[in-house]
Amino acid sequence: METLVTLLIGILVTVAVYLLLSRNLIQFILGTAILSHAVHLLLITMGGLKKGAAPLLGENATSYTDALPHALILTAIVINFAVTAFILVLAYRTYRETKTDDLHVLRGFKHE
Amino acid sequence: MNNIVVAPMLIPLLTAIFLVFLRPYLKIQRFLSILSIIATAGASFYILDLIKKEGILRLDFGGWLPPYGIVFVADSFSMLLVLTTVLVAGILLFYAFSSIGQEKEKMFFYPFFFFLLTGVNGSFLTGDLFNLFVCFEVMLLSSYVLITLGGNKIQLVESIKYVAINLLSSWFFLLALAYLYGTVGTLNMAHLSLRVAEVGQGPLLTIISILFLIVFSLKAGLLLYFWLPGSYSAPPTAIAALFGALLTKVGIYALFRIFTLIFYHEPEITHTLIGVMAILTMIGGSLGAIAYNDIRQIVSYNVVIAVGFILTALAISGEVAMEGAIYYLIHDILIKALLFLLAGTMIFLTGKAKIEEMSGLIRNYPLLGWLFFVTLLSLTGIPPFSGFIGKVLIGQGAIESGSFLLLAVAFISSIFVLYSLLRIFMNCFWGETIISEDNHVQLKKGMLLPCAAFGIATLVLGLGVEALETYVSDAAYTLMNPEVYIEAVLDSQK
Repeated sequence: METLVTLLIGILVTVAVYLLLSRNLIQFILGTAILSHAVHLLLITMGGLKKGAAPLLGENATSYTDALPHALILTAIVINFAVTAFILVLAYRTYRETKTDDLHVLRGFKHE
Repeated sequence: MNNIVVAPMLIPLLTAIFLVFLRPYLKIQRFLSILSIIATAGASFYILDLIKKEGILRLDFGGWLPPYGIVFVADSFSMLLVLTTVLVAGILLFYAFSSIGQEKEKMFFYPFFFFLLTGVNGSFLTGDLFNLFVCFEVMLLSSYVLITLGGNKIQLVESIKYVAINLLSSWFFLLALAYLYGTVGTLNMAHLSLRVAEVGQGPLLTIISILFLIVFSLKAGLLLYFWLPGSYSAPPTAIAALFGALLTKVGIYALFRIFTLIFYHEPEITHTLIGVMAILTMIGGSLGAIAYNDIRQIVSYNVVIAVGFILTALAISGEVAMEGAIYYLIHDILIKALLFLLAGTMIFLTGKAKIEEMSGLIRNYPLLGWLFFVTLLSLTGIPPFSGFIGKVLIGQGAIESGSFLLLAVAFISSIFVLYSLLRIFMNCFWGETIISEDNHVQLKKGMLLPCAAFGIATLVLGLGVEALETYVSDAAYTLMNPEVYIEAVLDSQK
């Protein structure tokens, strides 16, 4: 199970890197979103994947899943949601101001 | 266990939330911000004094004992930085009052200022790596907002780069956290230190430590500083000063914490790498600082040089060098804020940013000119200003450990700092006065006084080193002896 998920993470990272390297601003943002999904999956895999057990069942439970990675992912997802929302608005404003979404044109300070 | 430990983070947080609702009432917002800064500074000073008496303080949130719960740990190192941060932020607020403009003040400048402070102080205080990630994100999200505040074209374009690079480094941070958790099964820093010492820092853990090095280097601008000059040149002066003073320092703090507390078993690999990166940073920063004619760029590259300089101390890693690094960190927070304020004020007064377009400013604004001269001396490390003691101690540490290459590069970089700032000073302040009577812009008192306050602060810090000595030596001792920190955190009796 862990191997399968790890492979999936690999594929997600590949897709994300491809998107990150593109010139288009929206594709770049989608790339960061996929990238963060990959790392969330990695976090949960690192805690160990178990089937059929709840996180906390009192002190006498025979089998339980590690609850910490779940808490970590939940936090990470919320943060990622906020950042993605922000960068989407930022991209829209930038497009409105500069009339372009090509990252090569949006180079910022011109160095002499 | 002491609840006061959370105050430096909680007070700014509550202030920020409260100020959101007071949007139209600027006077009240300003008044409350000052009040909040005073309260935070008072609490920080109280904690610092308490640490001197009772040793390292700890707060277990919700009564969950470490290593299971989330902890805040206040030792001298973190509290010194918190106190400096709060004081510098307070002076910057005064500068913001007179310079930032009503439009931005109404667009939630003060709330985000305090959210940023929350993130910075939280990062200094937390004793848990995941919590460090969260505090970093709080700080970064508010910095994203502050850097775009106003929505100029250049700000928007630069902030895309800034957000993108930070998204990527946050991703690496999570990646490193996942691997670390998978390997040793804990995220509490003291517990991590114990476990890493138990299993030994093998190749796997060393690679994870290098991942952390990449993450924090991106944030601190150690070698991976390519995003820094652009992003720090774009926002309004008060915000740029806040960034230049604080943001990179949080990355530096994290590097010091991680590589003295957790991954200190393989210094041949990690600390050598840090040393090489520091040298390259200083060389790159020096080249940048003398290459450009835009004041903002020169000032930003000076931030880069300082990062390299402070990290040489970590590469050397002896108690003397650590003391030097802590003095220098405190000094650098102060002086970089002053440098950014002066640069911003010069641009405000002349409307130009290139050094060849300004001349003879010292005749129009004498105090500003002399303040710039003081900054220049202090940054170069000339006594009696505050840069001196840090440089001396780092140099002494380098000689004791025989790292002569680091020593040479570190001190040559000081000459480049001197040269790059002398260029500004001679071009802009000396020479013919070219501002005519009609174009003379009155320098506002509200802009000059904060700069003067920083100028006095650097002198006081330089002369009053003795007063800080006990705190700094305690901080350096804790950094070099991780067991002190571990015992304070994991002792359930406390």
